[in-house]
Amino acid sequence: MSKIVKLKKGFDINLAGKAKQELADFASAQTFAIKPTDFIGLQRPKVLVKEGDTVKAGTPILIDKAMDQVIYVAPVSGEIVEVKRGDRRKLLEIRILADSTITHEQSEKLDLASLDREALVAKLAASGVWPNIIQRPYGIVANPEDTPKSIFVSAFDTHPLAPDYAFTLKGQEQYLQAGFDVLAKLTSGKVHLNVDGAKAVPSIFSAIKGVQLNKFEGPHPAGNVGVQIHHLDPINKGEIAWTVNPQGVAQIGKFALEGVYDAAKVIAVTGSELTKPAYVKTYLGACVSSFVKGNLNSGHVRVISGNVLTGEKIALEGFLGYYHNQITVIPEGDYYEFMGWAKPSTRLSFHRALGLLSFLSPKKEHVLDSNARGEERAFVQTGVFESVTPMDILPVYLLKAIMANDFDEMEELGIYEIIEEDLALCEFVDVSKHPVQELVRKGIELIQYS
Amino acid sequence: MKFLRDLMDKQKPLFEKGGKLEKLYYAFEAGETFLFSPNHTTGIKGAQVKDAIDLKRMMITVVIAMIPCLLFGIYNTGHQHLLATGGTAGLWEDFGDKTLVGLKLVLPLVIVAYAAGGLVEAVFAVIRKHPINEGFLVTGMLIPLVVPATTPLWQVALATVFAVVIAKEVFGGTGMNILNVAMTARAFLYFAYPAQISGDQVWTYLGDKMPVDGFSGATALSVVYNAGVDGTQSAVEALAQHNTALGADLFSFTNLFMGWIPGSVGETSTLMALIGALILIGTGVASWKIIVSGFAGAYVMGFVMNLFAVNEYMALPPEYHWVMGGLAFGVVFMATDPVSASQTETGKWIYGLLIGMLTVIIRVTNPAYPEGIMLAVLFMNVFAPLIDYYVVKANKTRRLQRATV
Repeated sequence: MSKIVKLKKGFDINLAGKAKQELADFASAQTFAIKPTDFIGLQRPKVLVKEGDTVKAGTPILIDKAMDQVIYVAPVSGEIVEVKRGDRRKLLEIRILADSTITHEQSEKLDLASLDREALVAKLAASGVWPNIIQRPYGIVANPEDTPKSIFVSAFDTHPLAPDYAFTLKGQEQYLQAGFDVLAKLTSGKVHLNVDGAKAVPSIFSAIKGVQLNKFEGPHPAGNVGVQIHHLDPINKGEIAWTVNPQGVAQIGKFALEGVYDAAKVIAVTGSELTKPAYVKTYLGACVSSFVKGNLNSGHVRVISGNVLTGEKIALEGFLGYYHNQITVIPEGDYYEFMGWAKPSTRLSFHRALGLLSFLSPKKEHVLDSNARGEERAFVQTGVFESVTPMDILPVYLLKAIMANDFDEMEELGIYEIIEEDLALCEFVDVSKHPVQELVRKGIELIQYS
Repeated sequence: MKFLRDLMDKQKPLFEKGGKLEKLYYAFEAGETFLFSPNHTTGIKGAQVKDAIDLKRMMITVVIAMIPCLLFGIYNTGHQHLLATGGTAGLWEDFGDKTLVGLKLVLPLVIVAYAAGGLVEAVFAVIRKHPINEGFLVTGMLIPLVVPATTPLWQVALATVFAVVIAKEVFGGTGMNILNVAMTARAFLYFAYPAQISGDQVWTYLGDKMPVDGFSGATALSVVYNAGVDGTQSAVEALAQHNTALGADLFSFTNLFMGWIPGSVGETSTLMALIGALILIGTGVASWKIIVSGFAGAYVMGFVMNLFAVNEYMALPPEYHWVMGGLAFGVVFMATDPVSASQTETGKWIYGLLIGMLTVIIRVTNPAYPEGIMLAVLFMNVFAPLIDYYVVKANKTRRLQRATV
């Protein structure tokens, strides 16, 4: 039975710089990169290519020696121009200079009716589409040897300036359906497709067969798949669920129908510092400079791969993260402000303390910069984290348990149910400016590797 | 402000690592971050933008909420002085004189509390190499508001130092303390120097003037307490007839609510405390749950006492508990301290309710001291973690029950 869940807790960050729903004709990106650091939990990466090699889209370029069935492949065809390493030879980027026309590795189409689950998993893992499947708990690339109790797909994104999947997936209806058919074979339980209950369900999702359609209503983080799992079928110790982003479902579907790994996707190029925020069609791992340079209002900006809550700061010539469907450009905030802690301000705030007036104009689109707005302190304010976390979880206690390395407490307070993005709002609203998401990952790693 | 910023930038290297005054870095930092919000930016991963609030803004909001109490306290101190020494009886007559007397008494208290506490903060910050805790902005204002205007300044200084060191710094500073710092200061004074903070003689400043005939100086609480002991007239009657020399309605319900009565500087006026509560709740800084349940607890317990009334004090109408003594001030400003209060949302209801109930129990049944809010808050500070423990445990149990294994 499909469910309708209404969430009250949370907070929508209304930012300026929404992408217009049209595809912009920016110059296409020349270089693309796979960043092994995007794959959380990738333990022992091994590069399968050398600088100078030529690859096709779908050619294996990387494996994790700890889980070597899963192949990470090149998003585009071209030449490997650099394998960039950092301190202690940590693998940072594998850069590919793209051909002008992309050629694909061709493999067989999947005949779902005749393939058994094991063979299907093996084909998916070897194809390059597998890293789209994320395992909960821990938020890592799923292990092909596991069978999840259910699979969750969130078909809407409530993050600031997030792309509209109904738009980015236009024309991919048959791939989406095929992708969901594949997912249905992977789990013994249900495949949940969760849509925004506040709007009419886009036909692209309402037409999908073989899934349980659930509606979620409410402010961010209602679109987070972690919150949805919590309300539909929470994860307890020892249980495994998988999650896939709709773009990933379409990619899996295309592989099933046509036998090719196609990393093309439509991303949103957003943010207050862009003269022309728009959608653009490119490939996973694209160098963002062609969308950003020449499209800037001002010079001193921060380019973020992903959204402002969970994204990652990248250089102007940086690359789109593997799991990101948007880039955001905001002003850099490295300035001093005279009496900035006392001056009345219409800057966006969840709080209403002295002089914070943003609540007076709830519809206003805000320009936020990257200033930290204060220094780190001990936890003082209480009850705020709870009011932006629509789950039966006590975030402060959970975070304190992580700080104290208390494993039992972490388990009992729900570390299995969350990943960074689920508490990202807590990091935003925190008066004491704690690195909440970093703490969450630390806690997950403590539990995962112990 | 560029010139100030330039000055800061010029001095900064002196205090940074390797500089001559490296040891005083955190003292410098306190001044710098007070004048200028720092230029820190968010990290590479995680939230790239932050809410406009910081701890300084939150703390200053609490200070602002206390301003009505402070201003009223200053005026009332002068008002009580003139009333007791035969001055004009009208509330707004001799406005200037009253304000001056009040300022002369209260301002030094505020300055001494801020200076003594600030010094301790700075010393700890320098020695322990941590930033100065903004929590002191609030404590420094709370302490002068909960003592009688006649408290010797050296006692205020001593109490402040004691409270900041013992109640806060030994636990690691703001955010780590178990007890409410200002209440600890008051408790210190009460136990160390009872003569200057209890009894009938300390609440009204007389100076070198003689009090008018029939002046007693008692607070409403002790009048009601005595009515309970004597048993000759009801508590409400005793209040009405008390100190008729100072005006027949000194302890009328309206007067008690408005706060034109003897008492600690900032806590006489329920109205001002409620204005503070409105500011705190409106700005989302304090928990409305604690405030509402605190008042509710006092009313409920007052009502229960009425049911078993064996003396006149127990028969006091429950609403009088709201307006007498420091209950309103304590519930609004002390109980809501987010660090020492219960930290779970369910816990806050229980915590506030128990503070209100305990206050009334202590008031009515304790023969030694007629005020209960101080002990109630401190007592519940100690029990807050226990309340939270059970609330958190309930959450864990819910999570476990869901598991099918």
